[in-house]
Amino acid sequence: MSTVSKEDGFVVFDHVQKSYDGETLVVKDLNLAIGKGEFLTMLGPSGSGKTTCLMMLAGFETATHGDILLGGKPINNIPPHKRGIGMVFQNYALFPHMTVGENLSFPLEVRKMGKAEREEKVRNALDMVQMGDFINRRPAQLSGGQQQRIALARSLVFEPDLVLMDEPLGALDKQLREHMQYEIKHLHDRLGVTVVYVTHDQSEALTMSDRVAVFDDGVIQQLATPDDLYERPENAFVAQFIGENNRLVGVVRDISGDVATVEVDGGGVVTAKAVNCGDVGGRTTLSIRPERVKVGADDGPNRTDAEVLELIYLGDHIRCRMRVLGNDEFIVKIPNAADNKRLVVGEKTTVGWETEDCRALDAS
Amino acid sequence: MSDATGPIVTADGVPLKRKLAQAMFRSRARAFGLALPLLAFIIVAFIIPIVTLLYRGVHDPRFAEIMPRTTAVMQNWEPTSPVTEEMAAALVADMVVARKNRTIGQVATRVNRELPGTRSLFTSTARKAKKMKPPYLEALIKKDRKWGDNATWQAIKITAKTYTPAYLLQAVDLKYNADGSITRQPERFRIYMKLLVRTMRISLIVTLATLVLGYPVAYLLSTLPVRSSNMLLILVLLPFWTSLLVRTTSWIAILQSEGVLNNLFVLFGITTDQQRFSMIYNETGVLIAMTHILLPFMILPLYSVMKTIPPSYVRAAKSMGARPATAFWRVYFPQSVPGIGAGALLVFILAIGYYITPALVGGEDGQMISNMIDFHMRKSLNWNLAAALGAVLLVVVLFFFWLYDRLVGIDNMKLG
Repeated sequence: MSTVSKEDGFVVFDHVQKSYDGETLVVKDLNLAIGKGEFLTMLGPSGSGKTTCLMMLAGFETATHGDILLGGKPINNIPPHKRGIGMVFQNYALFPHMTVGENLSFPLEVRKMGKAEREEKVRNALDMVQMGDFINRRPAQLSGGQQQRIALARSLVFEPDLVLMDEPLGALDKQLREHMQYEIKHLHDRLGVTVVYVTHDQSEALTMSDRVAVFDDGVIQQLATPDDLYERPENAFVAQFIGENNRLVGVVRDISGDVATVEVDGGGVVTAKAVNCGDVGGRTTLSIRPERVKVGADDGPNRTDAEVLELIYLGDHIRCRMRVLGNDEFIVKIPNAADNKRLVVGEKTTVGWETEDCRALDAS
Repeated sequence: MSDATGPIVTADGVPLKRKLAQAMFRSRARAFGLALPLLAFIIVAFIIPIVTLLYRGVHDPRFAEIMPRTTAVMQNWEPTSPVTEEMAAALVADMVVARKNRTIGQVATRVNRELPGTRSLFTSTARKAKKMKPPYLEALIKKDRKWGDNATWQAIKITAKTYTPAYLLQAVDLKYNADGSITRQPERFRIYMKLLVRTMRISLIVTLATLVLGYPVAYLLSTLPVRSSNMLLILVLLPFWTSLLVRTTSWIAILQSEGVLNNLFVLFGITTDQQRFSMIYNETGVLIAMTHILLPFMILPLYSVMKTIPPSYVRAAKSMGARPATAFWRVYFPQSVPGIGAGALLVFILAIGYYITPALVGGEDGQMISNMIDFHMRKSLNWNLAAALGAVLLVVVLFFFWLYDRLVGIDNMKLG
């Protein structure tokens, strides 16, 4: 499901633009096709336009230009309540004056569903999130995680084909958040509903999604599966935003095939996989993941001198800050394995990495 | 650490509870000290006057103090039994003293309230009292035939009570009779209930009108961006900065028959020059002016509550398929109820005691109960009845407060 064409997309953004003030574009020419049953995450820093996209899809904002299609039909002029899209809000938006049961019953009531059918569906939805015993509670009597489950159940109870989630786990503590990530993912697998999920938390995006659209500055920087995104970032922003990343800046001296030879500003020449680096003579950003750097290697490609500046013990690994090719912020993760030699601060050693683990990206 | 069975003690052996009380005492004393000046002021300037005034509503010792002998004798007299010589003798003796002390006028005024027309009976009889010879009853009847009438003596019996429910009963159009029974006032004296009902009707209409006018404005205020909502809020608050008197009189300029509004009506042919609307010096004028003046008291609590309702609630309702109207009624409106309750209670309680506006623009049929209290305080000098009317008003307010607490809950009230 790495690509979905515009023709068979369930949700399609077709050249969508959005501006609030008529001067700047919050969303710039967005093209995105989401397949039926897909779990797609819009990931990006705040102000990147991801929430605006979600709100346009839900119908609370109107696109300034372009079409949004749902199931092949343009929905620009359909009001939110006729779109039939379930939604989970950042602060849950559970109605405080209704009980949990009434909250879940609400979307069914406005659909004029019979009482017996309503009750059955509410019970099923509550059982689905293991909250069956809480039907008569008020939202204020529930913990954050419980409210989150109710909000989830409420968005699914009327069986929409599409559910939007706007940073639904943002208010939970870390442990609960991780637990809820799995639960949402399992629900998605079980129900086969299409989910569009907005978050600024990259680990959340990687854990749950089929595909992730990384937003920045109103543009999708990269749309890919989680592993592609982490291992094969296409530009410097994505490399920097997803996971930890060492940056080395330099000038491209030679390109042969997909291998670029780069002269790093801090001195020294390294080879990297040419991804998005432009032509010979252009500037580039090299991206190397901290866990792909080998310390104390005697031979191999890209071997350079390094000096240990700082060591942080983190249990399962040791985080080591080094000076490499003039960069004082070069991070290396050393697994805490029995056979690994202990480093000390000030020690001079060598580091190296495989050419394809170092990606030559745009110069930004 | 400490002994498991005994109370927990601190390191130097003092029981923890005592140590805590000592530690807390200073902060409590400080808090009390800070609140003390205001507390003292409220007690002296607010609570004591109110209590003493309300006390007057049931306490009237004048007759008993000035006419002690009569008061004593009257206690044993049955209102239906014939007038006795003993009563007459006591009355004449008291009158002689009262005339000498120049207090007979107070007695006459007091009895006159119970039985209109007895004022001159008392003052003129008192003038002759000194020369009267036994048998006094005959002498009194000879002076005025009314002394033979049981009604006169029944009125005296009522006034002779130091603690009397008469004023309170009068404030609700009931009459306290000499034999202790309670009957309705004669038709032509039933004015206070009518006034009270009118006061409540005006207050209720004003409350509803401010709600209907204020709700959309408060909603707009709460949904606008901060810059424009601050501007609008200043416009709402602007009337607070002008004198109440100025606002009320400006309504006279607008609403009077030769006023701005009527001139416009004539100009646009809505009415003719001969049939101008009378919108002032009647209930209509009171309603218009009071609605305008009390509007901010509705808007502000509503606004402060609406500001706290996140837009995501209505959005959630819409996303679940509710039409905008349904989303509003089922989701937004119930959450704004605390604001409605606070605003309505505030406006209603302010309106029920409103005085200046009805006094200025009320004319004849726009007078409210406060104007009547004022009348008894300043014109008729019947402070006891004024106090009794005030007590009735207070009870009505407390009743609505209680009702509000039952229906909405005081805890739900939000003023800001």
